Amino acid sequence: MLERCGAKSVDDLYADVPKHLQLKHPYALPQAMTEPELRDYFAKLDADNIPLRCFAGGGVYHHFTPAAVDSILSRSEFLTAYTPYQPEISQGTLQYIFEYQSMMCGLTGLDVSNASLYDGTTATAEAMMMCVASARRKNRVLISATVNPAVAQVCGTYARWHGIALDTIPERDGVTDRDSLRDMLGAGDVAGVILPQPNYYGIVEDLTGVADEVHAAKALLVLNCVASTLGVLRSPGSWGADIAVGDAQSLGMPMNYGGPYLGYMCCTRALMRKMPGRIVGATTDAKGQRVFVLTLQAREQHIRRDKATSNICSNQGIMALHVASYLSLIGPDGLRRINETGCSRAHRLASLLEAGKRLSPVYPHRPYLNEVLLKVGDGLTARTIIDSLAQNGILAGIEVAPDRLLVACTEMQSEADIERYVELVNALPIHE
Amino acid sequence: MNRTLYNKLIFEYSREGRVGAALPAAKDGARVLSDAIPGHLMRDSDPGLPRVDEPTVVRHYTNMSTNNFGVDSGFYPLGSCTMKYNPKINEALASSPSVAALHPAQPVCTVQGALRLYRTLEKALAEIGGMAEFTLNPYAGAQGELTGLMVIRAYHAERGDAARTRVIVPDSAHGTNPASAAVAGLEVVEVRSRADGRVDVDDLRAKLDDTIAAVMLTNPNTAGMFESEIPAIAEAVHAAGALLYYDGANLNPMLGVARPGDMGFDVMHINLHKTFSTPHGGGGPGAGPVGVRAGLEKYLPNPRVTESADGTLSVTTDSDDALGRISLWLGNYTVLRRALAYILTMGAEGLSEVGPLATLAANYVMASLSDVYELPIPGPCKHEFVFDGLKDKSSGVTTLNVAKRLLDYGFHAPTIYFPLLFHESLMIEPTETESRDTLDAFISVMRKIASEAASEPEMLKQAPHHTPMAHPDETEAAMHPRLTYSELKD
Repeated sequence: MLERCGAKSVDDLYADVPKHLQLKHPYALPQAMTEPELRDYFAKLDADNIPLRCFAGGGVYHHFTPAAVDSILSRSEFLTAYTPYQPEISQGTLQYIFEYQSMMCGLTGLDVSNASLYDGTTATAEAMMMCVASARRKNRVLISATVNPAVAQVCGTYARWHGIALDTIPERDGVTDRDSLRDMLGAGDVAGVILPQPNYYGIVEDLTGVADEVHAAKALLVLNCVASTLGVLRSPGSWGADIAVGDAQSLGMPMNYGGPYLGYMCCTRALMRKMPGRIVGATTDAKGQRVFVLTLQAREQHIRRDKATSNICSNQGIMALHVASYLSLIGPDGLRRINETGCSRAHRLASLLEAGKRLSPVYPHRPYLNEVLLKVGDGLTARTIIDSLAQNGILAGIEVAPDRLLVACTEMQSEADIERYVELVNALPIHE
Repeated sequence: MNRTLYNKLIFEYSREGRVGAALPAAKDGARVLSDAIPGHLMRDSDPGLPRVDEPTVVRHYTNMSTNNFGVDSGFYPLGSCTMKYNPKINEALASSPSVAALHPAQPVCTVQGALRLYRTLEKALAEIGGMAEFTLNPYAGAQGELTGLMVIRAYHAERGDAARTRVIVPDSAHGTNPASAAVAGLEVVEVRSRADGRVDVDDLRAKLDDTIAAVMLTNPNTAGMFESEIPAIAEAVHAAGALLYYDGANLNPMLGVARPGDMGFDVMHINLHKTFSTPHGGGGPGAGPVGVRAGLEKYLPNPRVTESADGTLSVTTDSDDALGRISLWLGNYTVLRRALAYILTMGAEGLSEVGPLATLAANYVMASLSDVYELPIPGPCKHEFVFDGLKDKSSGVTTLNVAKRLLDYGFHAPTIYFPLLFHESLMIEPTETESRDTLDAFISVMRKIASEAASEPEMLKQAPHHTPMAHPDETEAAMHPRLTYSELKD
């Protein structure tokens, strides 16, 4: 091979790399491991993790993943393919993205879905930038204080460096303060408004009239929704939203300590050409067969460079396949059942805890689905509850404040798990 | 690959009453839900999801996969994408039931193994990149670029150097470079490439002033050429008060040879889905860790994994020095697991062979074809090289025709019409994981196509002939976008 290259050694091929830059020593890294050694290494690492029975949510939920999903995702024709630039040999990828787009549009009640983004936090930041890009000379976006703080922080980071004024709409009694929103819109300089559904405290906000107010101010309405709840809650499209975004982790994706998940984004037809990311469309080939291609690519970075709608070039490929195959297996009735079960268990847990007088809903008159913010009674803190239950194999929830615990239920907890949770809380020593 | 098109959609199998998975259910669920949520907050329309049984779903996606080409299907010489083989042990170790059940909000004392893995990979990448520290949070290469540029902006901001709002990018750069700069609020200034594909250093020097925040380079560049003047470039960039950014898209040929940190780069990202063998997944998920030289660590994004003196690991989420937060948690954890598995499988010595073998493979293919394909920049190249179409262009056969004909012969196409330096760019990156047999088979097909261009140009212009579909009407797709199943029914 070297001879064909006209080189005496591989070093000749690097003659243009200045000698003083070339590595003098081998990497300070371990020697190669064989497969059994590597399995052992990972097993030892993983032994230092303690999986807990999960009652935490905050945007990431423990749902059931059908075995058939894992089996489909492991097809290496899907897994080891690149972005489908060559449609002739990528119909599999293009087809499942088209199915994914169709399902997300159905769930959100909007016209157009892209092929997916990284996660729910970055998808929301992209929606924020889309609002500004769609507005004329306006760079102010409003985000509700009831949005998941991780989402708000990521939006804040993108806003800071992108030059967007991101202001927080205060909350009142656990929901977005509509009077404040009205006042802030009155300034006439708002390009977009980002609201959650359900919100960070698990509350299903009543968005009646919001879209009209936002649109009257010539701004766009973005709803950040937990994907699984779209199966039962009024859709963003029905609320009059222009853009729906969020994380699709709740559609049966393993929690995997934070990723990979998938950020979905859907919008109205009017905003289609402002959307970031890949989009797949149907067309026909020379034989008249129905086929699928990447389309509307004039928005994208590889064509438009610094004028592109975003720097996004990948989508979450295989995770979009997860959504398509998961929703196919679960179906609309299964998605409803998952919501019913989570709702039933969360309400049962909350009422049992309330009876024990140590934890009770912070906003008892607000509707919630499968997640609820609890007030921690005197002599206890959210931290002590989390630490103590963790020692008993339970993740009690998320500490929102020293006396606020956010708890979620899904189809994965049994009645016995719930009873055990309540027993453990009721047995905690109270510090005066 | 199956050459018969399977183009049914899952919706077309939907039948009332069918279901593909049994679910745990609470007996009173329906009642509790309807009591809990007022009617006007509930869904008022059918979401249009299919009702299908499990065997139908599995067969549907299995059939669909047979119309797809992955690295496991065959040679994938897609320039700039580093489509190396994805070892199966990585998949086996990517997750497990216990890993899948780890919630990001678990107390840190219950996730010490996960944090140890993060820290171990971070240190390994720092050693390979010649950097002080890494964040593994960015989800993809493009987000890594964006994060790196935010690090640079945070650095200038803290120094009160607010006028630095522009970034210099070569005209040959990947489209994500200028696009990431724009998202980071920076204006793009292009620097010319010379005829040999390398940065015009005089042009670069002329454009460096106190408005420049950073210079973004890949090295080797997109033409596969090493920027030999990198020490002088780094010196000029630093003298002008700017920082030098390394786009790790082309890191593969540098493994075992040279480190970006030693070349003078201040900030870099690595595509784990390229150099570190994690699968591309038809578009993702990938990972784009970002490394910085000493002095820039504090700007890395929240959350950060930190280690105490006794070796206990914790997570900091609220550092004020940090550029902010760019991800839900600590990145694509299962992608990080695969990359660490790869590094440990290869070991220090194995990793050092990656670069030289990738470079050897590219030069071998280049030398074997440069009598029939136009080589605008003479070698030696690094991991990839660019042809400017066929040497004999009299037949009118284009790079697109050559690429499509390769599909007929069971190879993925190279990257085409990129970089923008040449009209008929055909960019080939074989990677180190291909055997000489595979390279020879590819070479012989490329030569055959060159002779077909002379003997049967019209046949070639109609390629591909043996793929499940051919010649999609892309104009129709863009003019009348049909993007969902419901639009197909109308």
